[in-house]
Amino acid sequence: MAEHLLEVKNLKVSFRTEDGVVKAVDGVSFTVDQGEVLGIVGESGSGKSVTMMSVMRLINDPNMRVEGEVLYKGRDIMQLDESRMREVRGSEMAMIFQDPMTSLNPVYRVGDQIVEAVVTHQTLDKKQARARAVDLLKQVGIPHAESRVDDFPHQFSGGMRQRAMIAMALANNPDILIADEPTTALDVTIQAQLIELIDNLKDDFGSAVVLITHDLGVVAEIADTIGVMYAGRVVEFGEKRQIFYDPQHPYTWGLLGSIPRLDRPKLDRLHSIKGMPPSLINPPQGCKFRPRCPHAFERCMEEPELASHVDDRDHLDRCWIDVDTKRAIRTKTIHGETAAA
Amino acid sequence: MSTNGAPLLEIENVKKYFPIRKGLLGREVARVHAVDDVSFSVRDGETLGLVGESGCGKSTLGRTILRLLEPTAGDIRFDGRSIAKLGRRQLRPLRREMQMVFQDPYASLNPRKRVGAIIGAPLQIHNVGDGKEQKKRVRELLEIVGLSPEHYNRFPHEFSGGQRQRIGVARALALRPKLIVADEPVSALDVSIQSQMLNLLDDLQTEFHLTYVFIAHDLGVVRHVSDRIAVMYLGKLVELAPGEELYAHPIMPYTEALLSAVPIPDPDLSDQRERIVLQGDVPSPIHPPSGCRFHPRCRYMTDICKQVEPPLVEYVPGHLAACHHPLNVDGAALARAEAQAKQLVQAGVSAAPEPHK
Amino acid sequence: MLTFIVRRTIGLVVVLFAITVLTFLIFFATPGIDPARQLAGRNPTPQTIAAIKHQFGLDRPLPVQYALMMKHLFISRDLVSYGNQALKVVPAIIAATPVTLSLVIGAAIIWVVFGVLLGLLAVVFKGTFVDPLIMILALIGISMPVFWLGEVLNLITQDRLHNTFLFHWVPPLGYVPLTEDPWQWFLHLIIPWISLSILYIGFYARVLRANLLDVQNEDYVRTARAKGLTERNVLVRHMLRTSMITFVSLFGLDFGVLVGGGALLTEVVFGLPGVGLLTYRSLVALDLPVIMATVIYGAFFITIANAMVDVLYARLDPRIRPA
Repeated sequence: MAEHLLEVKNLKVSFRTEDGVVKAVDGVSFTVDQGEVLGIVGESGSGKSVTMMSVMRLINDPNMRVEGEVLYKGRDIMQLDESRMREVRGSEMAMIFQDPMTSLNPVYRVGDQIVEAVVTHQTLDKKQARARAVDLLKQVGIPHAESRVDDFPHQFSGGMRQRAMIAMALANNPDILIADEPTTALDVTIQAQLIELIDNLKDDFGSAVVLITHDLGVVAEIADTIGVMYAGRVVEFGEKRQIFYDPQHPYTWGLLGSIPRLDRPKLDRLHSIKGMPPSLINPPQGCKFRPRCPHAFERCMEEPELASHVDDRDHLDRCWIDVDTKRAIRTKTIHGETAAA
Repeated sequence: MSTNGAPLLEIENVKKYFPIRKGLLGREVARVHAVDDVSFSVRDGETLGLVGESGCGKSTLGRTILRLLEPTAGDIRFDGRSIAKLGRRQLRPLRREMQMVFQDPYASLNPRKRVGAIIGAPLQIHNVGDGKEQKKRVRELLEIVGLSPEHYNRFPHEFSGGQRQRIGVARALALRPKLIVADEPVSALDVSIQSQMLNLLDDLQTEFHLTYVFIAHDLGVVRHVSDRIAVMYLGKLVELAPGEELYAHPIMPYTEALLSAVPIPDPDLSDQRERIVLQGDVPSPIHPPSGCRFHPRCRYMTDICKQVEPPLVEYVPGHLAACHHPLNVDGAALARAEAQAKQLVQAGVSAAPEPHK
Repeated sequence: MLTFIVRRTIGLVVVLFAITVLTFLIFFATPGIDPARQLAGRNPTPQTIAAIKHQFGLDRPLPVQYALMMKHLFISRDLVSYGNQALKVVPAIIAATPVTLSLVIGAAIIWVVFGVLLGLLAVVFKGTFVDPLIMILALIGISMPVFWLGEVLNLITQDRLHNTFLFHWVPPLGYVPLTEDPWQWFLHLIIPWISLSILYIGFYARVLRANLLDVQNEDYVRTARAKGLTERNVLVRHMLRTSMITFVSLFGLDFGVLVGGGALLTEVVFGLPGVGLLTYRSLVALDLPVIMATVIYGAFFITIANAMVDVLYARLDPRIRPA
């Protein structure tokens, strides 16, 4: 069986703070295969960003503790020394972030920043590197790339800045592109452009994509597999259509129900998940979603393992409710009560 | 006193330009046409959604309505009374009736003040009741928005984003306003908190008979809360319709594209539908395109779109749009629009619309 | 650019006018002032004083006196000191300028180099004992009054430890022009340079450290790391570069003030005949023409320095440049 491109095994990331130990990521496991798009969905505090930042080993906090394995092409990159990791970062695994306004250094030209990414990992001379930068800008759809390559970030619009970030990330043909909420700060029409761009480029560059977002709509379009995270854990994981059409975890139902949908009749009342995300210092006992789950019962005081309860062995979830009951009770949450007339 | 159904708020030909100054004497060399001739009315008890992307002017318009910014031109009538040119002193009592909820729950609360002081500030400023009564009212408000009265003495940083936003709403409600302008009140919140907030705003509207102008860029959210929706593009009002009508039969291609851009959390539907992806960025409001401002990005664009600005005309009762090639309109609607356009043409404004396809 | 220059020039003229008028008025409001008496020399008779008053136009109304002084300063450049009539003010300032410049420029180079070095070290070694150590040293440096430090250094190098191998080379107080003897010029300035720069090294190291720590959490630094850059590259090319903007702005202003005569105490302590020393002496003697000239000199340089800082800021931060 072919090995996975990226395999995260029981990753745990915690931070010592004045108030206690924050368990930001508490045993997360998932896989990404070549050319695949994994969508990691979760809200603030779910640990989705910390997970991927830890995979890239980008967090530099002396109060942080990391456990678990991250296998990239079979080898555990958590064990690599920093200089080897730097060779991986930016060339084999690349990451783009949420806010394009602040993610580019304001005092350097955009082209120079792309060139920097290129020359850090490839032996090209200045001319070649610059030509590559122009080429990349063209590929991401920046008009007049030859002149815009010398612009400063503040002369680009938000959407264009994010495109430039994508160009910079793809400059060294990475195997994995990690995108941390790349469109959250942008307008919806620009978001549509960028998602389409990422979808096209991943094939051109042969990269797998890990897309972190809180927007289920975005992953519905572009993802192959989806992982839903809550309170530092993966609570559901599976192929896209499985997650949307046969969701197995009440949190997923809650998310699906909370979104006001344009393709459905208007609801009188939006479903909302009661309560608030749990403390990561003193998480609830047992299932972390239990305090907010309308279907919780006694067994939920014991935390469920991430396992498959349905026919599709790759569709995993953390919930004790049996499958048939789930399928009966979830409709109301997801589809709500429709408004009269 | 406005009777139910009469317009509580009317804005007429409102413009807001920001000057750009250069040179030794600070001459105005250009202007940002943030809001460029917008008119609409909002009935008592209604929610008007104001939708558009960055740079369309919706936030600027929201602030201008409340006189937080001075309109460059045009009239604003609140409860029948013209307020566009009122002086500070006359405006003051009116401020009790119109309030605002802001977008960023982290920036809109003073981090050095306690929550009780923040919510109570409007009561203090307008001298409503004595200290004891004010405290009582603040505690009441905390409960109304779903927080606990014990939170009175806490500081904003002790709360989550969603809770802070509730504090902002409590503050807006303090003086029992009639109108609340909500500027992207849920954009910064997580999806599950967002839905809580929207439900809350809904409940408050019913309980206190509020009128909302709800500014947002998320079309799904806007649809859920609004009775009618106004779409803005680059300072202009390009479409105005009852909520369901807008989503079912958008007339202006920009609205069509905007609706198409919203991701649907349903993979099969998402695959099936035709995605209209607009090319290019939103142009600059300093030098807006000639004619119809949307023409450089519009896939139905023809010559007339470049030359003549389309008038805002009513196609179907209650549904207005500004487009030379309107979508989803039948013969009757077209005829109606043409008649109106003719009147406007006589005023030297534009040409009659032609149907698309 | 032209607009900028014109605006700043107008600003300069306005500032100079305001300052000179203010100085003038303060001078004449000070009790015990009688320039005529100063000029008259020893034991003047009332007639002498009256004659001098008339000769120097000191019996004219104030605005006229002001106008006259300005004329002598700028146009005929033959303004003389009240205390020493052989001293022509303008040439005196011109002669004093190279001394001040030598002192300030030398100290500036030292403090920039060491300030940046220490600031960087404190950040690189944050979390170890090095960081707080550097910060404490910096604080000590800032807290020592410059004249006290100067005198202590003098005490050690000129007196107590002068005969040791450490300090036997230290020449007596005073100044030797660069053109006359470069080596002596250098030796005479070493201790003054150290004395003046210690304060600023401390201050700038702290400023740079604070800026670097601020910038550490910026998104673009995270991007730089995500690209796989070495920590050194991240530090120098991304963090330092943006932190330098504030650093340079502050430097420009401090430098302007010092060149403008702010190194007064250092010059006095080390006997360097620069503009600062001239200012000091004229203040003690209440010698208005010289005071006036030094004030103008100072205001001029500070205004120029301000303007240069603005230009430099725009160079360093492309967001500030006009479109």
